[in-house]
Amino acid sequence: MSVPTAPAGDGSASPAIDIRSVSKSYTRGQQIVPVLQDVSFHIARGEFVALMGPSGSGKSTLLNLIAGIDRVDSGSILVGGVDITTLSESELARWRSRSIGFIFQFYNLIPVLSALENVELPLLLTPLSARERREHAKAALALVGLSDRLDHKPSELSGGQQQRTAIARAIVTDPDILVADEPTGDLDRVSAGEILDLMAGLNANLGKTIVMVTHDPRAAERAHLVRSLEKGLLIDDNGGDGGGNGNADPALHP
Amino acid sequence: MLTLRFILKNLFRHKLRNSLTIVGIAVSVLSFGLLRTTVDAWYAGVEASSATRLVTRNSISLMFTLPVSYEERIRAVDGVTIVSRGNWFGGVYIDEKDFFPNFAVDARTYLTLYPEIQLNEDQKTAFLRDRKGCIIGVKLARRFGWKIGDPVTLKGTIYPGNWGMTVRGIYTGRDKGTDETQLMFHWDYLNETLKKSSPRRADQVGFFMIGVANADVAAITALAIDARFQNSLAETLTETEKAFQMGFVAMSGAIVAAIRIVSMLVIVIIMAVAANTMAMSARERLGEFAALKALGFGGGYLALLILGESMALASIGCALGCALTFPAASAFGSAVSQFFPIFQVSTLTVTLQGASALVVGLVAGIVPAWRAQRIGIAEALRRIA
Ligand SMILES: Nc1ncnc2c1ncn2[C@@H]1O[C@H](COP(=O)(O)OP(=O)(O)OP(=O)(O)O)[C@@H](O)[C@H]1O
Ligand SMILES: [Mg+2]
Repeated sequence: MSVPTAPAGDGSASPAIDIRSVSKSYTRGQQIVPVLQDVSFHIARGEFVALMGPSGSGKSTLLNLIAGIDRVDSGSILVGGVDITTLSESELARWRSRSIGFIFQFYNLIPVLSALENVELPLLLTPLSARERREHAKAALALVGLSDRLDHKPSELSGGQQQRTAIARAIVTDPDILVADEPTGDLDRVSAGEILDLMAGLNANLGKTIVMVTHDPRAAERAHLVRSLEKGLLIDDNGGDGGGNGNADPALHP
Repeated sequence: MLTLRFILKNLFRHKLRNSLTIVGIAVSVLSFGLLRTTVDAWYAGVEASSATRLVTRNSISLMFTLPVSYEERIRAVDGVTIVSRGNWFGGVYIDEKDFFPNFAVDARTYLTLYPEIQLNEDQKTAFLRDRKGCIIGVKLARRFGWKIGDPVTLKGTIYPGNWGMTVRGIYTGRDKGTDETQLMFHWDYLNETLKKSSPRRADQVGFFMIGVANADVAAITALAIDARFQNSLAETLTETEKAFQMGFVAMSGAIVAAIRIVSMLVIVIIMAVAANTMAMSARERLGEFAALKALGFGGGYLALLILGESMALASIGCALGCALTFPAASAFGSAVSQFFPIFQVSTLTVTLQGASALVVGLVAGIVPAWRAQRIGIAEALRRIA
């Protein structure tokens, strides 16, 4: 996989993701725990953003909101012009299946299914025929370099291979946006490097917009833009406007 | 189909746990089937009874008899086409535990009134000709290895003495429900012997069996017969054969009710066991369900996975249980043939076995399936991390 030489983002287009004054809190018993407070920023189409910040700062929460698997308390999130905070549960599910690819820290593959079946699974939600599904899944696994592991169960794959399978599953439906919550958090350095190469390649070559939560400076280095959260507030690494325009900021160490 | 493969692979995930659940379901379905068949066996006599036959007995109880002279007067009642008479003989062959039903009957009328007792012409003629002849059911013949011409001696319990007779016919039942374990011999043999040994007990009849023209007149005819003997020395009670048979069953009604309740409890218990198995499986897969939901699968798909698995568990268990019911029933049936001459698994029982498995599958899967709808994705993913 080639390292991207230039951001694939098309700066002039409307932002892929537009987060507007989003707040989110959780209630624990009587206590209200604010997690995100009035967070706003844009992520341009084709951008590769790293979200950093100390543990508990709300990174995962923000990512979940962007991916449409959690609900905001207030504010709105526009993705490709659609305000996903107004969608019903089933509309949201349909939207996710088309627009979002998920990469989890612990891969979350189905242990009883083979790599090929795992990758094929999201295509059940498309009108593709069984044969087309298999072809697409094989192509996705080829793209992540696992053509020789189609029939392996997750338990028969290394951590890096499992994460590559998960990436194949994330891209098989060809979504515009990939969200990754600490995708290298459970991997050794070499495997982590491979996964980051792969993601950078997907961003550069296929134009996927990527939002990645990470603690790993090495991972953040691969992104074009690093956003930091602290206690639910967005810290602007550039010292510029808190909203940011999302365009090709240089990657920064936190 | 990927989803089907997914369900099947889930099924084999916990081989031991799911196998035990399947065995449990199979055993419950089997027990349910056997218990129901036992209840059916209890009512076999009722089922086999005819709507055009009445039974007249002493109104006090079956222990009391009626004078044989009643026969002519019954025959004169409107609607009566034929009258036969019989006494419960209660004879014992070798030992009490070798019990089988035996009656003294008026052979010619009895055989006309009970066409389901099938005897070939030669044997029938031989029986009617031999005053000390008897006929036996084919199952009884098999049980004791009796053949035509064999001598049989019954020890009387109600009518003391040794009663020698000869097997003149072996009958088969025309219907499934016909009892093939009985022995019938001539009422005249009994009566003439009694005339000599204890004349006070002679000319007494245990019950009259009456044929009526059609089922519609049965009730009126029964009333007319009883009316005829009102205020006489021995008043009668006439009922349809079905009601008469029911009288025997009613005595053990509480036992039957208990068996029925147990058969249902067995299903309820296995329902709880299967529900527990499914709840455990679903709980373990919380993270997978959350991931599937994140990918865009709705609660309906998760319900399909869960209910598919629980239905598969129930179906396999049910198929096993049903398959075992037949050999088990025939083994059990032959062991208890002296109590239950008819012990057959009915279609209704098999249908109910299937239905109960369906219910078990549904109930076991419904709660986890409902819970899966309500999984908060972000929350569940956080919890498994
Ligand atoms: N369901 C919940 N109920 C209560 N509190 C929650 C819930 N989910 C998150 N929180 C709280 O919200 C805060 C932010 O959580 P979040 O997972 O977004 O942090 P994070 O930045 O991803 O941390 P980490 O780097 O450790 O993954 C934490 O203090 C957490 O305890
Ligand atoms: Mg986190």
